Amino acid sequence: MSQEQRAVERARKAFCTGRTKPLQYRIDQLKNLQRFIVERQKEIADALKKDLNKSEFGTPLYETMGLEGEISLAVSKLAEWAAPRPATKNLLTVSDEVYIQPEPLGVVLIIGAWNYPWAVTLQPLIGAIAAGNAAVIKPSEVCVHTSKVMGALLPLYIDKEVYPVVTGGVQETQELLQHRFDYIFYTGNCTVGKVIMEAAAKHLTPVTLELGGKSPCYIDKNCDITIACRRIAWGKYTNCGQTCIAPDYILCDPSIQDRIIEEIKKSVKEFYTEDPKTCSDYGRIINKRHFKRVMTLLEDSTIAMGGQNDESECYIAPTVLKDVKPGAKVMQEEIFGPVLPILCIGNVDEAIDFINQREKPLALYIFSSDNKLIKHMITETSSGGVLANDCLVHFSVSSLPFGGVGNSGMGSYHGKFSFDQLSHLRGCLIKQLKMEGMNKMRYPPHTAKKLSWARFFILNQVELSKLGRWALFALLAVVVAVILQRYFAD
Amino acid sequence: MELMKAFQTGRSKPIDFRVQQLKNLQRFITEKQKDITDALKKDLHKSENGTLLYELLGLEGEINMAIANLSVWMAPRPVAKNLLTISDEVYIQPEPLGVVLIIGAWNYPITVTLQPLVGAIAAGNAVVVKPSEVSCHTAKVLELLPLYLDPEMYPVVTGGVPETQELLKQRFDHIFYTGNSMVGKLVMEAAARHLTPVTLELGGKNPCYIDKDCDLEIACRRITWGKYINCGQTCISPDYILCEPSIQDKVVEEIRKSIKEFYTDDPKTFIDYGRIINQRHFKRIIALFEGSTVAIGGENDESQCYIAPTVLRDVTPESKVMQEEIFGPVLPIVPIKGVNEAIQFINEREKPLALYVFSSSNKVIKQMISETSSGALLANDCLIHYTISDLPFGGVGNSGMGCYHGKSTFDQLSHLRSCLIKRLGMEQLNGMRYPPHTAEKLRLARLLLLKQVSLGRVRHLVQATTLIMLAAFVLALYYVS
Repeated sequence: MSQEQRAVERARKAFCTGRTKPLQYRIDQLKNLQRFIVERQKEIADALKKDLNKSEFGTPLYETMGLEGEISLAVSKLAEWAAPRPATKNLLTVSDEVYIQPEPLGVVLIIGAWNYPWAVTLQPLIGAIAAGNAAVIKPSEVCVHTSKVMGALLPLYIDKEVYPVVTGGVQETQELLQHRFDYIFYTGNCTVGKVIMEAAAKHLTPVTLELGGKSPCYIDKNCDITIACRRIAWGKYTNCGQTCIAPDYILCDPSIQDRIIEEIKKSVKEFYTEDPKTCSDYGRIINKRHFKRVMTLLEDSTIAMGGQNDESECYIAPTVLKDVKPGAKVMQEEIFGPVLPILCIGNVDEAIDFINQREKPLALYIFSSDNKLIKHMITETSSGGVLANDCLVHFSVSSLPFGGVGNSGMGSYHGKFSFDQLSHLRGCLIKQLKMEGMNKMRYPPHTAKKLSWARFFILNQVELSKLGRWALFALLAVVVAVILQRYFAD
Repeated sequence: MELMKAFQTGRSKPIDFRVQQLKNLQRFITEKQKDITDALKKDLHKSENGTLLYELLGLEGEINMAIANLSVWMAPRPVAKNLLTISDEVYIQPEPLGVVLIIGAWNYPITVTLQPLVGAIAAGNAVVVKPSEVSCHTAKVLELLPLYLDPEMYPVVTGGVPETQELLKQRFDHIFYTGNSMVGKLVMEAAARHLTPVTLELGGKNPCYIDKDCDLEIACRRITWGKYINCGQTCISPDYILCEPSIQDKVVEEIRKSIKEFYTDDPKTFIDYGRIINQRHFKRIIALFEGSTVAIGGENDESQCYIAPTVLRDVTPESKVMQEEIFGPVLPIVPIKGVNEAIQFINEREKPLALYVFSSSNKVIKQMISETSSGALLANDCLIHYTISDLPFGGVGNSGMGCYHGKSTFDQLSHLRSCLIKRLGMEQLNGMRYPPHTAEKLRLARLLLLKQVSLGRVRHLVQATTLIMLAAFVLALYYVS
């Protein structure tokens, strides 16, 4: 039996014991996960340094702090999330129990990515655990050191039967995908996303696909370009541009292109010193294959800043390309590297057309002081999420669902959305074996009279909650009126 | 694609357009009622009143609900802020997906084709409507839709398997399929090639557990109704019964009585009793009888696709009738030794679309809920959870993915886009996130990010305090005077 098969079968067996259902178990596992992050901070940071040259402080800031926040949120809210959710009653269900009961799905497969390997692998896991599922965790083999640490250390903290870690490459993933899961959560690229969904279709397994694309960044003439460019530079060059929601390219009026380049240069110097290669906070490309891929994209465009590189270290300097054409190599695929093309367009409507001619991105960025323009852009485009006047930070707002649309993905997560995504929200209606007279109108023989009764009950779906609220207000108004009347009478 | 161009004109987005189309849909149902009922009589032997009750009433309700609530559903949905977003606009904006493909089924051909359409229109999408060719007369009536709805925005495509396969090669922004699991897999596979999300409303064998402790007369009447309407061809009809051997005879008797009450002594001549959709399904169902004991009914007539309301008794788990979804007027009773065995039996099989439990004991009901899984669960009745628009209707596992009805349809066929609108000010606050990363900056970031104050709770606290102070003030006035 392969390690994959063993892991899946053990997880399924463990799930069927019912062990994951009690809230206390889930909370304990989440707290164990929290302990793992805190106690193994050094191993996690060391692995990320080797994989992506992430700095010691960069790791908690970009990978583990967000996880800690999500774990705290899940632990504090779990009772509320897992509780029955009452549904609106109608005239026919006045005396019944009507609610939605969240339930575990069963065994979830989580396939992680290599760019933020802890964040994108463990954050879905938090939702999976909270929702009461078992989970097979498959970290990306591309981040070699991190997947080793995950495989070796995670099972020391969380229930290793219920949440097995399966390491390996393409072959092992394909092997896993032959098995039946109750949900598959994949983070990565579109090509593999399609393969995952096709495999899932064979078992009718629902999926969440967190994919990518080219996230456009429109800079309006009317905005504080200094601040805008600082935020964009931060969003772009974090993790050496290897962020699914990094601003991929800039769209702006030609008259501000030079200013933008200047401001980005300043910010890059501010963040990464004159020599980013020696700055501990500047990352590296994950491997030679991606290094070569990103370097090729520079070929037919003009470098305005950066361009220095060193294959032996997989180092590419923070780079800006100017006067880029839509047909340029760098505009044909998601860059996923520290290369920022600037395309000049005439006005916001041209920018909107440009964006709409392409696949829906995971994120859309708009920099403008004009709220009207921002709203116009939101209305006329589509994207997973939209963030005005900053980059990346919508990721950390747990009350916002994080996910793509079209080629950038399907499904969403973060906060309660992770819980709901990895649960089955089961409709429950509990009636009594009484009031059978009411049911006459639905039984054959069907007559016009019975039908008119049915129409009355079904089409007058009085919202009883609203009715209740009005009754309460009416009562309050009467009480206040009585008191006031007494006061004036004296 | 032509339809994508129509969608890109933006015509389907304004609320007035959507409401107008929904009203036109309502007119279609009202004005073409006779055509619809005639077609359903030919396809499934549905009576006129039966069609109104089971197909059109619910649809009318959904259209009314969509029209009444559309502006609320479409509006930006504010979400909880945290310390870092306190002065920002943070909300979820529902948006159309684009072009939706709706593939209908033949058993309630109007409802299961048009109900998703209500949500698709409400959500601002363009839609390709592909009715099932199996209910051929109804498909013809649905071809009249373009006389009422915008024909560019909501084309109807008729045809069989080749036409559907051709459609599935195209790229859509969502595919909504109602039908069986086998075809469901093919639809999802085709969707995967374009990364198209899907809603699959499938089926399965819906178990119906009857506890010893319950009013068998009422239970059996409700089960009989749920089973034999539309000749058992309902995705949520109780597929089989699980009960203790000691009550099997009583169950059979009560069902017999109810059948007579609903369909007279001769259901074949009775207007409200339906027919099997076609001979292929007729033969399929008759073959399921093999190896089981008929307790009621069994009479059939191939020329009419007529199968009498039938009950099989002492059915074993291995019998033919327990190997596939029956989708016909045949009700097997499988004896089991009590609720625990029933739960085990159910859990050994695929998750059903609906689970029915009849019991006067709330404890038994709650045990059934917590130890099983199904699309939905209904205690002490059949089918009617379908009419509660606030309950999401859909399957889990083999019985489907995604859900709809009421607002759920709107949400299912929308993209719920996260929006965060910040200002280009307060840049000092961002200092903690910029390199060079230091321990001090990290400590500040931890403070702000990990203390996600729920501002909603603060608001409630302020409201409550104000109310209390107001009440105290009024009372003070009263006592002072």
